Amino acid sequence: MTVSILLFLPVVAALAVLAFKNEAAKHAALFFAVVEFAIALTFLSRFIPDATTQFAIDLPWIPKLGVYFNAGIDGISMMMVLLTTVLVPIIILTTYQHQYKNAPVFYALILFMQAGLLVVFTALDGFLFYVGWEAALIPIYFICALWGGENRIRITIKFFIYTFAGSLFMLLGIIYLYLQTPGKTYDLHQFYNLSLDVHRQTLVFWAFFLAFAIKLPVFPFHTWQPDTYTEAPSGGTMMLSGIMLKMGIYGVIRWLIPNAPLGFLSSQWIVILLAIIGVVYASIIAFKQTDGKRLAAYSSIAHVGLIAAGIFAWNTQGLQGAMIQMLSHGINIVGIFFIWDIIIRRLNTRDINQLGGIAKVAPQFAIAFLIIVLGTIALPLTNGFIGEFLLLNGIFIANIWLAAIAGLSIIFGAVYMLRMYKNVMQGETNALTATFTDIHGSEKLALGIICVLIIGIGVYPQPLLHLSQASVSNLIQTVTAKIYESGIITK
Amino acid sequence: MNTLILISVIPIVLLYLGLYKVKNALLPVTVIGLLVALGLAVAQWNNGAQPIFHGMMLFDNFSIAFSGITISSTILILLLSKGYFEKISNHIAEYYAIILFSLAGIIVMVSYYNLTMLFIGIEIMSVSLYILAGIKKNDFASNEAALKYFLMGAFSTGFLLFGITLIYGSSGSFNLEDIRNYVLMHQHIDPLFYTGVALIIVGLCFKVGAAPFHFWTPDVYEGSPTLITAFMSTVVKTAGFAAFLRLFSACFAPMASFWVPALLVIAIITLFIGNITALYQQSFKRMLAFSSISHAGYLLFAIIALGAGSANSVLIYATAYSIASIIAFGTLILVQQQSNSDNFESFNGLSARNPFLALVLTIAMLSLAGIPLTAGFIGKFYMFNGALSQYQVWLVIIAIINAIVSIFYYFRVIIAMYFRTAERTEVAVPVYYKFVLGFSALVTIIIGIYPVLLSNLI
Repeated sequence: MTVSILLFLPVVAALAVLAFKNEAAKHAALFFAVVEFAIALTFLSRFIPDATTQFAIDLPWIPKLGVYFNAGIDGISMMMVLLTTVLVPIIILTTYQHQYKNAPVFYALILFMQAGLLVVFTALDGFLFYVGWEAALIPIYFICALWGGENRIRITIKFFIYTFAGSLFMLLGIIYLYLQTPGKTYDLHQFYNLSLDVHRQTLVFWAFFLAFAIKLPVFPFHTWQPDTYTEAPSGGTMMLSGIMLKMGIYGVIRWLIPNAPLGFLSSQWIVILLAIIGVVYASIIAFKQTDGKRLAAYSSIAHVGLIAAGIFAWNTQGLQGAMIQMLSHGINIVGIFFIWDIIIRRLNTRDINQLGGIAKVAPQFAIAFLIIVLGTIALPLTNGFIGEFLLLNGIFIANIWLAAIAGLSIIFGAVYMLRMYKNVMQGETNALTATFTDIHGSEKLALGIICVLIIGIGVYPQPLLHLSQASVSNLIQTVTAKIYESGIITK
Repeated sequence: MNTLILISVIPIVLLYLGLYKVKNALLPVTVIGLLVALGLAVAQWNNGAQPIFHGMMLFDNFSIAFSGITISSTILILLLSKGYFEKISNHIAEYYAIILFSLAGIIVMVSYYNLTMLFIGIEIMSVSLYILAGIKKNDFASNEAALKYFLMGAFSTGFLLFGITLIYGSSGSFNLEDIRNYVLMHQHIDPLFYTGVALIIVGLCFKVGAAPFHFWTPDVYEGSPTLITAFMSTVVKTAGFAAFLRLFSACFAPMASFWVPALLVIAIITLFIGNITALYQQSFKRMLAFSSISHAGYLLFAIIALGAGSANSVLIYATAYSIASIIAFGTLILVQQQSNSDNFESFNGLSARNPFLALVLTIAMLSLAGIPLTAGFIGKFYMFNGALSQYQVWLVIIAIINAIVSIFYYFRVIIAMYFRTAERTEVAVPVYYKFVLGFSALVTIIIGIYPVLLSNLI
């Protein structure tokens, strides 16, 4: 059993969905996404949580240039595969109440994007990684531009240019590394074995960093993000915020730091500083937002900033925290955007000030909303807590002052999220919100799954932490060994 | 050799067919003839060819591969011509004949082994093109295009010929091998030889439309009938680069330090001029003209980073670019017929009326922009790879900036097709068009996914 089933099924599914008519396409897409999830679960059941790469596939693609279709799953990839395969069916479920024009195309693009994402998360070949990276971008561009809001044309092209620009520099970095390998290959492990001097590694570091920083986004590369999240159709926003930005985080862990450890070392504090500035900056802007989707978008920047800071602290706690928080953040942010999707669909507004008192008319909705908000602000026994605790722990080991500032993000987060909840759900029901009907059918199912995941992971995160533990410590050791080897730092 | 003979004979047959008014036979005869010629060329594959006719021509794999690409592109373009030429003039047979004469010149250009043959090939091709550009006799723009092309073309051919003479004067031979030996043997190369190389660069850059010798391109491309523009910007450009590459890799490779800086400057100027001017175009056709200039810039990478893989890179890039351009021009012809305009606005809302046309044009634009899973990306990938392997990091960074700029104008048409609306009726798509456009789009994707089909050729 190799990872190829996982990678090709969504492509086949995307083509198959095109053959269905509008309503049937929804069900077909959901069916394929659930099958994909089931396959991921069988992989999980056979997965041995050590540091090795499993289910690997290695086929010649352009052998003359050293390009191989080389992919496999280790603990870190497994988490990402789980994230993608869990979220895509949920996201498809959340779109059930929408009547999209050309629905088969919409779902085909989502499934095709899933294939691209899974390629990114499992690729062990630089060329394959880049192809997956772009293959995920094209569908989301069309999703946002075809089904988005009023300003979609201007905003989506900005989004596309931003990310495409970043990824081209990454391509430059990948080809550069390829030319340095003795056997002229794009194999990731050959990249790991290179020992370039500090100057070159710094260049490689920034070439890769640009792509990942834009995707994350890290301050000051975030300007495309709030607009795109706001204008995109809710399904697209969930794909972007729930899964796609994790491409950037994963890229940092797998492709950036191990490939250029010395470059990482020389730029580590700049990046942590940028990340923490982003946390504080995004939190402050989130305070001021009255637009629910924009608030969620800024909260996402803040959360991702914390993840980035935790990774760049580069210790087991920070990295493990990042792994679990990637999953949690994916679930929570999808939840938040789904909540807003429900509100917008019913009341046709995203303005927090116009809302209020929904809890009285829709108690089930209120409970789900509350659980998601609590998960997002990292209350103990919710999934957000585990991740943020470990991340802060990691930053604390690196630098206590930065940890203190980053810790503010939890307080900030609690303030703006709870305020949002208060303004939307509590208080007096007004003429507009009185018409709000409680959740039902597919909405109930999707929110139910999200709430179960939030609490489930929060109460018992150990299996997930165990999954990536070995791979993470192995990766850290590899990088540390390379840094010592260069002689810049002595033991 | 048989290919060349056949391609020279078909046009004469066609002229007779025209004389006897057998109009319906013209296209089938041409296409079948070209397919046979293609088969003859492919049959010679890996035959260990030696220079023939006292070292005048060499039909090696390089020549066969490029003959194959140019002949195939010509077939695709000719298939689009059904019903197209009839609208422009009464002398249809001449069209086919002249295009094929031009193709004969192109086969010579990709198979020469002697500078005189290079010159003759370029002249056969160019003279045919001067006529083709002006074939809409009553159209002002077409006449202007022909005159401009002729004057500038004659001028540049002068440079080329002057360069060839100087090289002959210092090395004593027209033969590529002898010239190479001259370069290798002599410690002090004659200054006249350097001048000759510089003049040849000028002449060839004009033919491939590289800046600052590109001024004819937009006007000629815009004024000529769209199908002829398609022919010029794909087949002719491919041949120009094949000739360029053959000369430089066979003769001038040892003196790279002399001409690489010059070509580097030319490539960078070409990229910027092509891309930035394309941004400001309102006409899709003119935008394609400028984009073709910028692609000439990328193609020059292969010559700057001259090496074993250069021929391969040019082959892939030129193929990717040619098939994508054929789609673009083919769609343009249909849209133009309906809306009488070649502006971007004519494409508004095309996806709602003709999803097929919109889809293939999107694939073509993505390929031209160099997005992965299309042939265009593979082409760019090979070019960047080659350039970086020669430590031209800055050149690649400049190329990346230009690739980003190019997104704006390639996506403009995608945006027009999908995200804007217009009240128009459906565009009728003839069967031939469906075949050519669908086939080209398929090839674009297949090469994008599995480039080994093409990249292991030479």
